[in-house]
Amino acid sequence: MAETAPNRPGPDLSRLLAAYPLRDGAADELLRANGALRPVWRPLLDLLSRESPEQLAARFARGDQYLHDTGVYFRQHSGTGSTERNWPLSHVPVMIGAEEWKGLSAGIVQRAELLERVMADLYGAGRLVADGLLPAELVARNPEWLRPMVGVQPRDGHFLHFVAFELGRSPDGSWFVLGDRTQAPSGVGFALENRMATARVFHDLYPSANVERLAGFFRGFRDALNGLRGPGDARVAILTPGLNTDTYFEHAYIARYLGFLLLEASEMKVSGGQLQVQTINGPEPLSVVWRRLDARFADPLELDEDSTLGTPGMVAALRAGSFTMVNSLGSGVLESRALLAFLPRIAERLLGEALKLPNIATWWCGQAAERAYVRDNLARMMIGPALSTRLPFDLDAATALAGRFRDAGRPMARDWLDEKAGALVGQEAVTLSTTPAMIGGRLVPRPMVVRVFAARTREGWIVMPGGYARIGRTEDPTALSMQAGGSVADVWIVSDSSVSPDSLSRPGAGGGLGPMPRLLPARAADNLFWLGRYVERAESAVRLLRAYHLRLEEATGAPLPLLGHLERYLATRGLDAAAPVPPGLIALFDRSRGCAEKVRDRFSVDGWTALKDLSDNARELTAATAPGSEAAKAMSLLLRKLAGLSGLIHDNMYHFTGWRFLTMGRALERAQQTAAMLAAFADPAAPPGCLDLAIELGDSVMSHRRRYSVETSCATTMDLLALDPDNPRSIRFQLDVLSEQEARVRAGPEAAHLTEAARRLLRLQTDLAISAPGEVDAARCAAMQAEIAGISDALTARYLG
Amino acid sequence: MPDSALYDVSLRIAYEFEHPAAANRTILRVQPLTSGTQQLVTGLVSTAPAHDYRRDGTDFFGNATTEITFDLPLDRIEFRFAGRVRTGAGESVLDLSGDLSRLSAEVAETRDIGPASPHHFLGASPRVPPAAEIAAFARDVLGTAPRSAREGVLAICDAIHAEFTFDSTATDVTTPPIEAFLNRRGVCQDISHVAIAALRAVGIPAAYVSGFLRTVPPPGQPRLEGADAMHAWIRAWCGAETGWIEIDPTNAMPAGRDHIAVAIGRDYSDVAPVKGAMRSVGSHRTYQQVDVIAPA
Repeated sequence: MAETAPNRPGPDLSRLLAAYPLRDGAADELLRANGALRPVWRPLLDLLSRESPEQLAARFARGDQYLHDTGVYFRQHSGTGSTERNWPLSHVPVMIGAEEWKGLSAGIVQRAELLERVMADLYGAGRLVADGLLPAELVARNPEWLRPMVGVQPRDGHFLHFVAFELGRSPDGSWFVLGDRTQAPSGVGFALENRMATARVFHDLYPSANVERLAGFFRGFRDALNGLRGPGDARVAILTPGLNTDTYFEHAYIARYLGFLLLEASEMKVSGGQLQVQTINGPEPLSVVWRRLDARFADPLELDEDSTLGTPGMVAALRAGSFTMVNSLGSGVLESRALLAFLPRIAERLLGEALKLPNIATWWCGQAAERAYVRDNLARMMIGPALSTRLPFDLDAATALAGRFRDAGRPMARDWLDEKAGALVGQEAVTLSTTPAMIGGRLVPRPMVVRVFAARTREGWIVMPGGYARIGRTEDPTALSMQAGGSVADVWIVSDSSVSPDSLSRPGAGGGLGPMPRLLPARAADNLFWLGRYVERAESAVRLLRAYHLRLEEATGAPLPLLGHLERYLATRGLDAAAPVPPGLIALFDRSRGCAEKVRDRFSVDGWTALKDLSDNARELTAATAPGSEAAKAMSLLLRKLAGLSGLIHDNMYHFTGWRFLTMGRALERAQQTAAMLAAFADPAAPPGCLDLAIELGDSVMSHRRRYSVETSCATTMDLLALDPDNPRSIRFQLDVLSEQEARVRAGPEAAHLTEAARRLLRLQTDLAISAPGEVDAARCAAMQAEIAGISDALTARYLG
Repeated sequence: MPDSALYDVSLRIAYEFEHPAAANRTILRVQPLTSGTQQLVTGLVSTAPAHDYRRDGTDFFGNATTEITFDLPLDRIEFRFAGRVRTGAGESVLDLSGDLSRLSAEVAETRDIGPASPHHFLGASPRVPPAAEIAAFARDVLGTAPRSAREGVLAICDAIHAEFTFDSTATDVTTPPIEAFLNRRGVCQDISHVAIAALRAVGIPAAYVSGFLRTVPPPGQPRLEGADAMHAWIRAWCGAETGWIEIDPTNAMPAGRDHIAVAIGRDYSDVAPVKGAMRSVGSHRTYQQVDVIAPA
């Protein structure tokens, strides 16, 4: 076919494409079989070909910086554990023309509708099996077909609300489905992050490149979920398995982006037949749960009895119709490979039409004729477990490609097929298309699959205009996953006409968000409270260590009694003075990070980055720091960073209820640390210099000088650090903060009454308010520590349990 | 009716906690079935102390369930069933089942995923994963001689009975079947699980039945094993014509007039009489008392 001149690679392009060989028998996204550039790629390729390798590197670095700043990561699992890894963005997006996408979308919508009907049948009448369209054993033996859900009607009448499909392009250029993702599909948040990063990489091209925007899709689905709520204020929550799942970042990200609660099953309970979340002011009903947890773990009482990730009674609450689960429990049954063998006929039956978007050719080996066909065509078959939900190319040890197993090319036993029969499927080993990736400064073709997303709205299914592409590191199409070293890329749907910018906040038709009721889950409050406590505890530790190392530097000759006293005090705080950056300090930063990580949906990206930076810094300092002045300097550096973090939290964060818990944690910890410090250093038996040390630790040297014309005494120390209502380092000041915040979070029927925590607080505040400086001594401070601990316990029991 | 019998059944299962257990939600499966030749005449499921929430229903397999919650922490909970049941005769001695070698094809021809379908009872289930040793044992028992499906079931159940020593100290409620099999010791639950694993391994759909046994045997007959607590036996599918037969491999006999079925499932996890999620610290003790008496 003749090509028009503009689409032929020019001289610059030829240089760019020098290392871009086309493979026989595979389609390529960028080039046609005759080597001509597909028009939709033209603007991007022109841009790439104009720039030097250095310019391109700088361009790509902008995207990486964004991902780093946002804290996007994934969890890589190895034999021994898992680690957080940088997000492997392939910077060159995949380009698809809007016209082609339109056809693809129609196929996606049709497939979503088809799967909804299959689901309704498998958990309802069972006609597909009775009529011979689906073998009974593929249902009955599927671990994702959840018997307790049979006969349970979804409250809103629909089983599926959010689905994803893995697509590939076959050598003839047509698209096909490699696998259905109906359980709890991930990737949509990552797709959004890929878009943010890629738009930064091509900040000069993206705004005018007619790329379809993603925001409308998210707005549509957000409004749809809000629309599924019952009457009243009941909320929408995202159910996550928790921090250790490899997609936790995405759960937190989406929760923050869409404004939904992020909950773990342990924060929910079923009371009567109603699903509830434990909040700081008691249980509150939940109305919609977007599940990111595999269904069989959702309820240990009726589903997997060994699950520790579930909520007992969840199934009963669904049976009672008290909330909507997105997607229905049991939707994982649709993901099995074997279903692909039967969907074409099922489509004819249930929809009265052929599949617009075919799926990978699949033969179930439980049928003699199909088994024979697989055996006769071994060379182009991938043979694997029939009920597996993995993609055909995601070969595991139990899968044979062209008659050989992946591990060490062990040949497949001749009678394996007959013996395993119904437990196996054969799938056609189609060659995937390739798309350009910049590897080692050169543009090279790499195999790809694209995950696409569809969401149910009141007006029907909508398709995200874009996707989540996974790209192989090598030419091996079986190593696309990130776990196998693959990368991910944005997908641009390019329109012929201009596309206007869009954002989530544009009001959607009918689903506008009213003011949300105040609702803070107890677990989130607990993590914020402890985040406040740990950060403050770390700051106190850093001040102690700095004071110690400054004095160590000055101490020459005989050991100072003051140093020994300080060393012993450090030891009571879990800090080993012998180490310039003690493990006990690193642990405090780690714990702060641990708390922050559990509330990433509520903690600002800047705050998170600052905290991460701080703990990374502390770790780096461990190796290269000597005791004495160098350590003191290191502590000063950490102190400045801590001040930066505090500034972010206390000057920039909106004062939501969550912020109040963070603030209470900090206030309580500071009061506690100050009381402990005064008990140790204002003791008459303490060595000389301790009172000045206390003033220094309390960061009040200047204030002391200005307020008192006398030398530091026990009375001036207590006045300034225990009783002064205007000194933010004093116990009294922090108790006032605590009491003010506690009154603000108190709600519900007992809001008008003092809580136990408030009573204890008031008692101690009053005591400090009426005490004269001379009446407070080290022993009183020691007693105060226990009283402050009592306040913490009372707060925990009332709000955080 | 000489082939039927009438029994008064009473069950008490009590839990005592070292520290009070909070947030208690429990599903009970303690009420006998009405199906086939068995009829529940009267029956009452109750708890002490009284529950705060209760919902009665049936599960996928048609077993009666009672879901109970308690709002306050408790240091002792007792679950009770009391009722009267009429049971039918045991298996007919006439074997009408088809050849065992045809059974797989018969299963495949069964286009049904309803509760009685054999398809549920062939694959792995939560408490009965496939075990190579048990499979080899079952194949060994069957040998190469042609048999009817029913003969196959009986041969395997008899062989397991012969191998096993009933021993209530060798296992607990969570012991995997393979462990009980390798030790050749256990109670009705273990023996039934092993039988199910063996039957499934040779392509015979097999289900688990929980229930009660008559406490005091008729004059002149020995007391059966498992009569002082809830008992367990198995069901096996012998083809579309014969359907399900019930065998008690612990006592090497068909489950008949003296067996009162409570719940049917793939294994113990589907039929556990008390399935609960209790948040408790420390240890707990359980007590179980069963009386099955022919009314005077």
